[in-house]
Amino acid sequence: MIKFFLMVNKQGQTRLSRYYEHVEINKRTMLEAEVIKNCLSRSKDQCSFIEYKDFKLVYRQYAALFVVVGIDQTENEMAVYELIHNFVEVLDKYFSRVSELDVSFSIMFNLDRVHIILDEMVLNGCIVETNRNRILAPLFVLDKVAES
Amino acid sequence: MPAVSKGDGMRGLAVFISDIRNCKSKEAEIKRINKELANIRSKFKGDKALDGYSKKKYVCKLLFIFLLGHDIDFGHMEAVNLLSSNRYTEKQIGYLFISVLVNSNSELIRLINNAIKNDLASRNPTFMGLALHCIANVGSREMAEAFAGEIPKILVAGDTMDSVKQSAALCLLRLYRTSPDLVPMGDWTSRVVHLLNDQHLGVVTAATSLITTLAQKNPEEFKTSVSLAVSRLSRIVTSASTDLQDYTYYFVPAPWLSVKLLRLLQCYPPPEDPAVRGRLTECLETILNKAQEPPKSKKVQHSNAKNAVLFEAISLIIHHDSEPNLLVRACNQLGQFLQHRETNLRYLALESMCTLASSEFSHEAVKTHIETVINALKTERDVSVRQRAVDLLYAMCDRSNAQQIVAEMLNYLETADYSIREEIVSYLCFPYFFHSWLWYHKYHLLIRMLHRTSPDLASSEVVSEEPADTVHDADELFHKFVCKNNGVLFENQLLQIGLKSEFRQNLGRMFIFYGNKTSTQFLNFTPTVICSDDLQSSLNLQTKPVDPTVDGGAQVQQVVNIECVSDFMEAPILNIQFRYGGTFQNLSVKLPITLNKFFQPTEMSSQDFFQRWKQLSNPKQEVQNIFKAKHPMDAEITKAKIIGFGSALLEEVDPNPANFVGAGIIHTKTTQIGCLLRLEPNLQAQMYRLTLRTSKEAVSQRLCELLSEQF
Repeated sequence: MIKFFLMVNKQGQTRLSRYYEHVEINKRTMLEAEVIKNCLSRSKDQCSFIEYKDFKLVYRQYAALFVVVGIDQTENEMAVYELIHNFVEVLDKYFSRVSELDVSFSIMFNLDRVHIILDEMVLNGCIVETNRNRILAPLFVLDKVAES
Repeated sequence: MPAVSKGDGMRGLAVFISDIRNCKSKEAEIKRINKELANIRSKFKGDKALDGYSKKKYVCKLLFIFLLGHDIDFGHMEAVNLLSSNRYTEKQIGYLFISVLVNSNSELIRLINNAIKNDLASRNPTFMGLALHCIANVGSREMAEAFAGEIPKILVAGDTMDSVKQSAALCLLRLYRTSPDLVPMGDWTSRVVHLLNDQHLGVVTAATSLITTLAQKNPEEFKTSVSLAVSRLSRIVTSASTDLQDYTYYFVPAPWLSVKLLRLLQCYPPPEDPAVRGRLTECLETILNKAQEPPKSKKVQHSNAKNAVLFEAISLIIHHDSEPNLLVRACNQLGQFLQHRETNLRYLALESMCTLASSEFSHEAVKTHIETVINALKTERDVSVRQRAVDLLYAMCDRSNAQQIVAEMLNYLETADYSIREEIVSYLCFPYFFHSWLWYHKYHLLIRMLHRTSPDLASSEVVSEEPADTVHDADELFHKFVCKNNGVLFENQLLQIGLKSEFRQNLGRMFIFYGNKTSTQFLNFTPTVICSDDLQSSLNLQTKPVDPTVDGGAQVQQVVNIECVSDFMEAPILNIQFRYGGTFQNLSVKLPITLNKFFQPTEMSSQDFFQRWKQLSNPKQEVQNIFKAKHPMDAEITKAKIIGFGSALLEEVDPNPANFVGAGIIHTKTTQIGCLLRLEPNLQAQMYRLTLRTSKEAVSQRLCELLSEQF
């Protein structure tokens, strides 16, 4: 299962965090700091899977933002690696960002919507929906309701 | 355009976020946050009832503050109130808050469960979805008690909407994980299996996740899912890229669902029905074939998605271990990946090949790649990739290539980093290798190499044919046990080893406790006590094997019966091997059964002591050591250590009251050896002089050695 889903920037600021198993809040900040430290020290010659404690980290970098997913041994690493990209593409489609920097900006100011998107894709640590249109459907409804 | 500028935007929230971003320091940020928390607190307490929009805005702010790492201890009530709103936007924020900030207050739980109950009964799919998501993400025992009976009904009801079915499936999974006793199998199980045929692939994905977990504990109930999964997988894999519309990702049809179906199939042995088995084999062959075809797209996402399915298919082939043709093809495919330019693929291939090596059908095929793997060991820049290469070399090793592999590992030892070095040494010292390299006269080479490369790994003990420790301060932990019998002997991230022992005369009993610190099972857990040939004749150890499976969080116990036949110098080695997740663990630690454990105190008068001291005046009978104090020179602690060592502490014997004097007898089956000791501290120089006199030189030597380390 997926243990957690994080978006952390190079400065170590968490932009998004979702835990699928209960973790105490002080342990979260520690975990996030360690995770980003691990990711920042990686080079291009190294693979995208880091063995960390008793699970694995799958990470992918988008400009200044790292998406890091913690998984246990029941998950397929490559599938999660592409799930991250799928997620980013969905965000991209919804926010129609203009530049790389806008991604961070959009996420911060629309945290609730980003959570909705993530919740449509991953539920209880399992991948549930990967179809872009189906993921965004509830958000389009929400936006319509808000406008009226 | 970001939604924040639209009508529903909550401008106050946007302003707050801007303020935080503009803070120049951590202190400024904390100040701004505290100001906002105070503001929100007062608004919540105020006598004017807040409207839904404001409540939503403040709850959202609290959520954001929580994300920044600050604990939120209020707002739950307001969030719960939002749940009963009829506006989707307000309800949604309420559910989001309580899913993220879980609270165990029983009054709140009751209210939350009430709101959920109402939303589930509302027949409004959006509201039902929110409620189910909440249960799936929180899944507390109270929620399980309230809803476990209802969810299966929602899941299999004909009129349930697809999106609700998806959420219900994963909701049920959550409840099953936390409270399996509240989710008994029933009529609904066969209906759930049929969801695999649903035309909405999202429903199929959710159902597959659910069935995979349930099937592990109830395989009989879900046996019928195998043929459905096979036909589903087959349809996906052979579909044209236009068939699956939005479930096609960069020209790969439904990759995540394919991976899940392949995972589900790994819960069962190969299908008995020849038609189903044939279809599955065809399907796997198609997947393997596609890997060889020219790619439909140059984008890396295409190849990643394709490879995700491929690796999972190979995993299934290995699990079934029944089709030699498929196994060899899988091996060849992995062999190709071993030399791929992408590090991810090399890493996954090495990992996968490790499992393949244990199959008798493909073991030979795996061995053909030995040169590539050895090369990986030498050239890979990523240490985890090198680690996989080491694991694979170990897995593929047999009589035919042991010499080559051992030689390569020894070569690599010189330049390897510390973490891998320890693993290699422990692999090499495992009995199989032990005999191999003895046979090839590499033993002396190993010892010389250890001394040269890692003086702290090797110790004088190694020369007497003991494997080196695989823990940095193992020596320190070992010496800790010389004067005490209970405590933790070893600990790393996975495993904790505790000891409890008692000794009487020349007999002893040691309880070894192995604690699994992770949440995953250890498999093939095999602890072995190893004595060198010399040691075996002096120390008789008997133990029984333990249960090879150790559950996550569980502890198993092993009893070792000990008999001291004659005096001995070395310590036995405890070697532990087990499988954890996909990796193979092998570690060794010195077992603190030392000569002084059979030391019994003897009281005697000052006169007797000096008489015996004079009797043991032959230079061979005395061993002396002058050494620097490692610990603070506290007299009371020193006395306790001497007593813990097994000696009697004789007061008022030595004319110098600062000196410590002790006496005792070492009990062995064959003889008893009287021992006298004298410890003289020099506080100014922070040094000690320790003198041991016994009738046997070796005993004096060993006891002096052991005792010197204590101070």
